[in-house]
Amino acid sequence: MGIEQKLGNMGVVTIKLEQAVNWARTNAMWPMLFGLACCAIEMMSAQASNYDMSRFGMELMRASPRQSDLMIVAGRVSRKMAPVLRRLYDQMPDPKWVVSMGDCASCGGVFNNYAIVQGVDEVVPVDVYVAGCPPRPEALIHGIMTLHEKVRGEKIKDWA
Amino acid sequence: MDEHLQSAAQAIQERFGANISEYRGDVSLLVSPDQIVEVCRALRDEFNFEMLSGETAVDYWPELEPRFHLVYLLYSLVNNVRIGLRVPLNGNAPSLPTLESVYPNANWHEREIWDMFGIRFEGHSDLRRILMPYEWEGHPLRKDYPLGYEEVQFTFNYDEIDARKPYAKE
Repeated sequence: MGIEQKLGNMGVVTIKLEQAVNWARTNAMWPMLFGLACCAIEMMSAQASNYDMSRFGMELMRASPRQSDLMIVAGRVSRKMAPVLRRLYDQMPDPKWVVSMGDCASCGGVFNNYAIVQGVDEVVPVDVYVAGCPPRPEALIHGIMTLHEKVRGEKIKDWA
Repeated sequence: MDEHLQSAAQAIQERFGANISEYRGDVSLLVSPDQIVEVCRALRDEFNFEMLSGETAVDYWPELEPRFHLVYLLYSLVNNVRIGLRVPLNGNAPSLPTLESVYPNANWHEREIWDMFGIRFEGHSDLRRILMPYEWEGHPLRKDYPLGYEEVQFTFNYDEIDARKPYAKE
């Protein structure tokens, strides 16, 4: 049951542009390194062999925002870090997505104080929130699959 | 009490009228703000306290008056003894002379104390904030600085607080 059977003898496959583009986007979504705290350790182990995020074409963590599509904000964002985060987000080329990983990034977590941004959604628009303190790698992968679901449903008329 | 520590503490007491207190072998001297530089210079040059291992402040508001105490921790590498100096400071926006001329590493400590407590250091070469953003208002480690940043959301006030939350736009 492979693609060959659907191809028939013509060697072509027809698909909606929307679907083709969304498929391409979901299967090579390069995340940017944005480990800020303990969540980064779980993000690393999600990348490593046991959980192996490269199944989704996400094995390349880019150190440069200009080469990445997805920002995984892993950890607490301090008020001093917030302008840096926004600047890096602005440097990412469209289309771009943000996953807020962990309680601290999502809502401030236990750090309800002057130093920590109460949810990274005050700084950048967030697509998927992953709960947990820190979330296990499975939870992060589930968050990413949820994002993929969202991307697959994007409409051509909404593209910028 | 260690003999080096004893002689140092007694000399400072005689020369500057500092109060000695001891708690479980830790000796601290109560010094007035205008004498602190001279006291530290004497301890460094005559009693081998070569190192300023810590400088910080305590805010006793609202229990005690004066509210701020500055704390200096000096360490003697030669004799392996430590001594603490305490400086009570009057008022809500106190200032005292900088210790940079005696211990250069006081620079960053004093910037941190200025940042967190709002205590000014006269003659400091570069008194900027060190931890908080430069445009920050207030000094977070003061006891009258508000605790917490955002109200906790419960089911009964969720919508009200959520409406006030500044969500980022694209």
